[in-house]
Amino acid sequence: MKSTDINERSPWQDITEGNQIYEPATSRNFHTGEWRTCTPVFDSAKCTQCLLCFPVCPDSCIPLKDEKRGEFDYDHCKGCGICAKVCPFGAITMKEGK
Amino acid sequence: MAIRERLSGNEAVAYAIKQINPDVMPAFPITPSTEIPQYVANYIANGEIDTEFIHVESEHSSMSATMGASAAGARALTATSSCGLALMWEVLYVAASDRLPIVLALVNRALTGPININADHSDSMGARDSGWIQIYAESNQEAYDNFLQAYPIAEHKDVRLPVMICQDGFITSHGVENIELVEDGPVKEFVGEYHPEHYLLNSKEPMALGPYAVSNYYMETKRAQRQAMLNAKQVILEVAARFEQMTGRKYGFFEEYRMEDAEYAIVLIGSAAGTCKAAIDQIRETTGKKVGLLKIRVFRPFPEEELAEALKDMKAIAVLDRSEMFAATSGPLGAEVRAALYQAKAQAEVVNYFYGLGGRDITVDDFIEVYDRLEEIARTHEIKDMYEYIGLRSR
Repeated sequence: MKSTDINERSPWQDITEGNQIYEPATSRNFHTGEWRTCTPVFDSAKCTQCLLCFPVCPDSCIPLKDEKRGEFDYDHCKGCGICAKVCPFGAITMKEGK
Repeated sequence: MAIRERLSGNEAVAYAIKQINPDVMPAFPITPSTEIPQYVANYIANGEIDTEFIHVESEHSSMSATMGASAAGARALTATSSCGLALMWEVLYVAASDRLPIVLALVNRALTGPININADHSDSMGARDSGWIQIYAESNQEAYDNFLQAYPIAEHKDVRLPVMICQDGFITSHGVENIELVEDGPVKEFVGEYHPEHYLLNSKEPMALGPYAVSNYYMETKRAQRQAMLNAKQVILEVAARFEQMTGRKYGFFEEYRMEDAEYAIVLIGSAAGTCKAAIDQIRETTGKKVGLLKIRVFRPFPEEELAEALKDMKAIAVLDRSEMFAATSGPLGAEVRAALYQAKAQAEVVNYFYGLGGRDITVDDFIEVYDRLEEIARTHEIKDMYEYIGLRSR
């Protein structure tokens, strides 16, 4: 039984024993971004790529490639605002709503 | 060849543990179960078994560590009593929900307060809704035999639930009795090796255990857990049948003593059954009254239908509870037995007694009085007080 085979319409007979999940990294399938009430907006023109934001994100929602950060992973960003707080250049602003 | 010995109930359980040689035992001492981990620690120190013993700082930790070991893939166990079990409370529920086949050697002792170290069932009865299988013993022999059957029940693929093997503090735990032990070889064969299908230390299958379940999943999870408890009934009987083949000793959900033609029955759990049997023999010999005993062995899962079938034709029944639940009505056993009889539309009169709380003694004469009262109730159909005490001082 794959975790993706279990959903909110699954009958009780299809729930794994003790809700055990027999595969790794299934948290990716769970879109915590749905919880968000504030959304960080990234302004690449103001960003100096100092990379202070990426290590403070509690949900690993700031992807890093070739030592440069990219656009937010909004599927998983809960909108906590730590990245906006830590950015010295005003490149991240928090907007109301999703 | 069986081994004839003289052992206390604690020694008997510790001996069973030695024969099984489980992987991990975290434990914290508490009277009257302290001797169990003490004996096991000796076996380990003497190199007789290679169980990993974990010294923990509390029973909350001992049950948590037992869970962790079991989740990792080990055969794990612990032992406790009374407030020790109470301190495990929240973890007991998680162990059952996570479907970990842990075994707990419980030596029943009254819960505080007032503080008291003697036998009653308030500790395990408090944990009756935690999702654990509960099996009780009358004697040291039964405590040993039940312990040998615990892992085959717990680890069965249709069950996968923790099991509590209960015996009465001091009465059996410290009382030395003749006992018949099974040889090591047959024990090992009977219990078998533990090879879980899924476990955390399996690097080939990364897995998550005990995840959060939102309201969209919680209820289905609980229904699935109920199914494991339902399945346990069949497995308990299968394991008992296999045990009988090995030892000749027969076990079921309960023991019926001189019930074939009985009209008046007592229902109880644990060591007081021995005294009750002596009373029954005496009554039948001197008066010919048809009295019998139904001694519950398996309280969880509760054998509702089987129990009602065995009791439905009685004229009067006394259910004896060795713990209060302060419903201001029944004790736990009284409530469940009455519910079972109601469902079976039985006509028997039923009364409920509290006895033996905090180690209060119960005698043959006490049982004779109860049977006398049952006869009177059956004759008059008058019950003055549905809930009474045995051996209580009162003005």
